[in-house]
Amino acid sequence: MSIFVDHETRVLVQGITGRDGSFHTRQMLEYGTRIVAGVTPGKGGQRFDGRVPVFDTVVEAVAETGANASVLYVPPGLAAGAIAEAADAGVRLVVCITEGIPAVDLLRILPFVREKGARLIGPNCPGLIAPGGAKIGIIPGNICAPGHVGLVSRSGTLTYEVVNHLTRNGIGQSTCVGIGGDPIIGTSFIDCLAAFQDDHDTDAIVMIGEIGGTDEQQAAAYVQARVTKPVVGFIAGQTAPPGRRMGHAGAIISAASGTAAEKMAAFREHGIAVMERPVDVVKLIKERVVSR
Amino acid sequence: MNLHEYQARAILLAAGIPMLGGDVASTPAEAEAIARRLGGSVVIKAQVHAGGRGKAGGVKLAATPAEAAEHASRILGMKIKGLTVGRVLVVPAAQITSEAYVGMIVDRETQKPVLMVSPAGGVDIEEVAAATPGKIHRVAIDPRYGLLPHQAMGLSFKLYRDLAQTRAAARVMTLLYDAFMANGASLAEINPLATTGDGVILALDAKMVIDDNELERRPDLAALRDESAEAPSEVEARRAGLTFIKLDGNVGCVVNGAGLAMATMDLVKYYGGDPANFLDIGGSSNPDKVVSALRIITRDPNVKAILFNIFGGITRTDDVANGIASALEQFKVDVPLVIRLTGTNEEEAIRVLQAIGMRALSDMDEAVRQVVAVVREAA
Repeated sequence: MSIFVDHETRVLVQGITGRDGSFHTRQMLEYGTRIVAGVTPGKGGQRFDGRVPVFDTVVEAVAETGANASVLYVPPGLAAGAIAEAADAGVRLVVCITEGIPAVDLLRILPFVREKGARLIGPNCPGLIAPGGAKIGIIPGNICAPGHVGLVSRSGTLTYEVVNHLTRNGIGQSTCVGIGGDPIIGTSFIDCLAAFQDDHDTDAIVMIGEIGGTDEQQAAAYVQARVTKPVVGFIAGQTAPPGRRMGHAGAIISAASGTAAEKMAAFREHGIAVMERPVDVVKLIKERVVSR
Repeated sequence: MNLHEYQARAILLAAGIPMLGGDVASTPAEAEAIARRLGGSVVIKAQVHAGGRGKAGGVKLAATPAEAAEHASRILGMKIKGLTVGRVLVVPAAQITSEAYVGMIVDRETQKPVLMVSPAGGVDIEEVAAATPGKIHRVAIDPRYGLLPHQAMGLSFKLYRDLAQTRAAARVMTLLYDAFMANGASLAEINPLATTGDGVILALDAKMVIDDNELERRPDLAALRDESAEAPSEVEARRAGLTFIKLDGNVGCVVNGAGLAMATMDLVKYYGGDPANFLDIGGSSNPDKVVSALRIITRDPNVKAILFNIFGGITRTDDVANGIASALEQFKVDVPLVIRLTGTNEEEAIRVLQAIGMRALSDMDEAVRQVVAVVREAA
């Protein structure tokens, strides 16, 4: 098993005919993800690569194909509307890869998305992968391997770095989830921790955070209160200067809070083993988990 | 993106928030003319992206136009926290009987726009939050309904007793919320919201930060950027589509992805080095971006070696290798390069690098250790 997604998830791609959308749709198909539909307004009736039916609207795509998850490769100005469209059509899992969506757009649509009962992952995230099952998004499949470590991260390539260390040392993953680097995101660390705690296939959890905000501190308190599985964590940005936005819109240390030191202290205080370097994940996981 | 006070004032004034007249000047003569037009005493305020302007001598009261010119000539060109003052705002001096704070933020915790008010205005709100958190009152707003009248009045009663003043301040809050959402701000503050001797409510200061993600669709806001307040290398990087932040160390860093870029800087520090910059070349790997990155970093005289750390996902490592090769053809790079790359198209990338006599490492720790050692030898 895995969290949020498995080999039966029926995925539709919003923006399937665009440059990024078409490239990553092929990668997902190659990985074995069940891509059942694509949506690009004005291109309804076409077939993507001769196999995936394309629709004008998400509601048609869902009605015709039974899609229950969506992944978005839609430009930033249109992405919030596309998220709302997917939620309105009854899609349960909406994964938004797009970077650069104005925060006010997300503030406006999030209450609607929640009211519709959809889970949004992202935006500004690499998506998620259940190795050997399905990948939704852009995480390279070849660096992952099936196994029992759950991974949740605010970053993209840093996630790849950590996953790569795990895989090369024979430690597979149940699910890897990139929750995104923006200040306003649909799925939090705590949502993922709760899901991993309930997932019988997950034995340990890796959490990769970064400077900015207090999500990691709250997640650390949650781990102590509710998570019985071992958790190891990493925080990027120990050398980041305050007040500057470090690439990710959410990665900024404000006067009030958000430093790496503060987050690492919260991890230690609540029983999360802290990785000093990405490579430390291997040692810390091996110390805590007996392989099945 | 930070706006200057005079820019934020223009936005809030257009939204209908009551303010005194005033104008911005970049010469003492202009300041004098504005003071003469306004009549009476004026306040001259330095326009820089830094707090503590008053303490630094960047805010002065002038009784006459001549005095306004005198203060302006002293403030213009002054350095406040390393930033040179290029403009001053000239506004009428107000008789104040009370000062409150009113601010809007994008709140990560509630995932809502949050309105905050405090009767302790005129001072840094973060100091109030630290010393007397009970003096800050907040309400999370559901954007589907906007700031509801009872929410605004509820907060306003925390600031005023007089009903007319309460209503006036509630109106300011509603207008501030509307301006905040309409301009894609991540912060909008009025500090102080002042009560004058005759009981009128006025915004005496304005601060706004616009969400960088808003600028693409709002050229009118993007045009407000003051590039004189930024390091020239950061301006050049932004134009080249790179996210670059200059630091004080000597190890230049070129990385794909913000999280990995931060982790790379941290690892440089871990192995005893000192990063010269944060640089994210982004997801798509246009070789031209790599050329721009190298051009910008090599211009920093502190840089003694440059580390590439590329984990190819969407980024094709061969594009990065081609970018390095192309940069070396175009200009001289006289500091050593240490290149780590792995992932998409790495075989091709390694071939490209070998052809120009360079080699690539595949392990991040090994690359960082090596670049730190190279810098030590150079020192």
